[in-house]
Amino acid sequence: MSKTVLKVTDLVRHYPLPKESLFGDQRYVYALNGVSFEIKEGSSFGIVGESGCGKSTLARNVMALEETDAGSVQILGNEVVGKSFAELRPLRQHFQMVFQDPYGSLDPHHTVGRIVAEPLTAVDDLGKSEREARVSEVLSSVGLKPTDAEKYPHEFSGGQRQRIAIARALITRPALIVADEPVSALDVSVQAQVLNLLRDLQDEFGVTYMFISHDLAVVEYLCDEMAVMYLGSVVEKGRTEDIYSNPAHPYTRILLDAVPNPASGKKRNRIRLEGGVTGQTERRQGCSFQDRCPMAQDKCRAEAPVLKTVGDDHIAACHFSDKVNELGAG
Amino acid sequence: MLLLDVENLNVDLATTKGPARAVRNLNIQLKKGETLGIVGESGCGKSMTALALMGLLPDNGTATGAIRLGGDNLLEKSEADMCRIRGNRIAMIFQEPMTSLNPVHTVGRQIMEPLRLHRGMDKKSAMEEAIRLLDRVGIPNPAERVRNYPHQLSGGQRQRVMIALALSCAPDILIADEPTTALDVTIQDQILDLIQTLVEEEGMSLVLISHDLGVIAENTQKVVVMYGGTVVESGETDNIFDELTHPYTQGLFAAMPKVGMGRNKRLTTIPGTVPDLINLPKGCTFTDRCPLATDKCRDTVPDIQEMAGTHRVACHHMQNAITARETGGLYK
Repeated sequence: MSKTVLKVTDLVRHYPLPKESLFGDQRYVYALNGVSFEIKEGSSFGIVGESGCGKSTLARNVMALEETDAGSVQILGNEVVGKSFAELRPLRQHFQMVFQDPYGSLDPHHTVGRIVAEPLTAVDDLGKSEREARVSEVLSSVGLKPTDAEKYPHEFSGGQRQRIAIARALITRPALIVADEPVSALDVSVQAQVLNLLRDLQDEFGVTYMFISHDLAVVEYLCDEMAVMYLGSVVEKGRTEDIYSNPAHPYTRILLDAVPNPASGKKRNRIRLEGGVTGQTERRQGCSFQDRCPMAQDKCRAEAPVLKTVGDDHIAACHFSDKVNELGAG
Repeated sequence: MLLLDVENLNVDLATTKGPARAVRNLNIQLKKGETLGIVGESGCGKSMTALALMGLLPDNGTATGAIRLGGDNLLEKSEADMCRIRGNRIAMIFQEPMTSLNPVHTVGRQIMEPLRLHRGMDKKSAMEEAIRLLDRVGIPNPAERVRNYPHQLSGGQRQRVMIALALSCAPDILIADEPTTALDVTIQDQILDLIQTLVEEEGMSLVLISHDLGVIAENTQKVVVMYGGTVVESGETDNIFDELTHPYTQGLFAAMPKVGMGRNKRLTTIPGTVPDLINLPKGCTFTDRCPLATDKCRDTVPDIQEMAGTHRVACHHMQNAITARETGGLYK
């Protein structure tokens, strides 16, 4: 049994909204409503869902970049929730992040060498020469030249910038890398290079990924396990191949169906989802997906489904998960 | 009858480092009611083509060749004439619905603008028409939504407003430049379905521009693949995906993660990056990244060769490319 790198238990985050009147009720955006999962060492865990489902809030909370309301995040057994900035600082070398936008996430005034070396300041007593050696080592492992350390970000293309961002995350030799949509801003041919790089780095250094994406094909390619989120809750979780071959929540099934298929032939027969993600600001009775679900029944409006086992390491929150396969068949 | 005939379109952008050749020798024909997809990566010239069709090139851009819309060459029109054509006979949907709508005007006012300008409607009937259009593109409570500002709508709804705007004067051609790139897959599905239905019902022609082969495959009849400013492959969408031939198209398709592919296969990558449009190779633009490239490719522009049906490919090494396709791919 390999060890657990990240353990998230009942994570809750509600953002208060500005009050509409002085004596009005305090309203909230319910961004995370009790999310739990574990990631084992050396594996990749994908998180998918539409915008507004809480994916990025989850990433920020796991990275201890904002206050968490309740629940716990343990990285290599260390609790990070509720720790002060100074207490977190020595821990941060174990978890690093790669952001979506490779243009906004690199400081244009700094050289690549300085950008990449920055996380090392949290790891004390490294001499200048050792620091430079680490920078050139990590730049070569992401496929850049050690001499690139003297250049500035604007001299690089989008794909190369994302390599720089990955190098910056890797330099402290972290156990966990949280990647929030790391390839969605890249062209297809460049995206493939970065995805392959992420895989190679995992083989080489045994890093663990928490990989957030809206692209289901990318998640299937990279992730061993995954969770599907809807309105701040996990609605389905399991091994990637099980979920793709046998989705047990209608939302997962519809997401999979919505991916356009690059092949000749007629349009596929499929169910379309009506409307968009709404209801982040209300607490309601029953299942969060009831308004958009093609198979919603009275039970769904009355009673919120809990996550229950539907297969080996496969859980889903739906009253009718055994009927999901029949969707769209008739 | 040909509705749109683009002949030898060239777009040059003047930069401080010299002219960037954004589009070279582009030929496109479109009949009434036809749908055409333009697919390619950033910098391949697909958006510049769209802007040239609309007469909206940036100040440093010049277009040569001919863009004939029902016989009139749009490149010879004055700006005043283009103002009467733009939005009226050709309309465009842009990628980012937040930046292409004006944040300080209500969506109703923005939809009314072309109606009053091109169709000479008075305020009251333009308002009624705007409400009808919002209803047509599937916005709930259109009579209330018409008074909303763009920030009060979600991304998908904003894109619906953009579509309502584009539809307002019943154009002959609708150009959609990456209309769903900023949206979630489920919303993308809804918007593409809406565009399809409207195009069919109104009898418009559609030019759909996207980097996503899947979106193009499911929503167009003809497809044009662009690389480095030129067309490298074109044909009927129904056939072309089984017979992708140009080394670039083969690579692009292989590099795309596809649902159902599983985790055991490795993604194919095309080495290198897209070419610099200022220093393009003299011959084939794909030379520097192509596994089949020879000196001939570097020096001479490949001719367009005809394959089965309307399938066209521009490559010097067609036979090798076909053999490679049939024997497990070009990129190892």
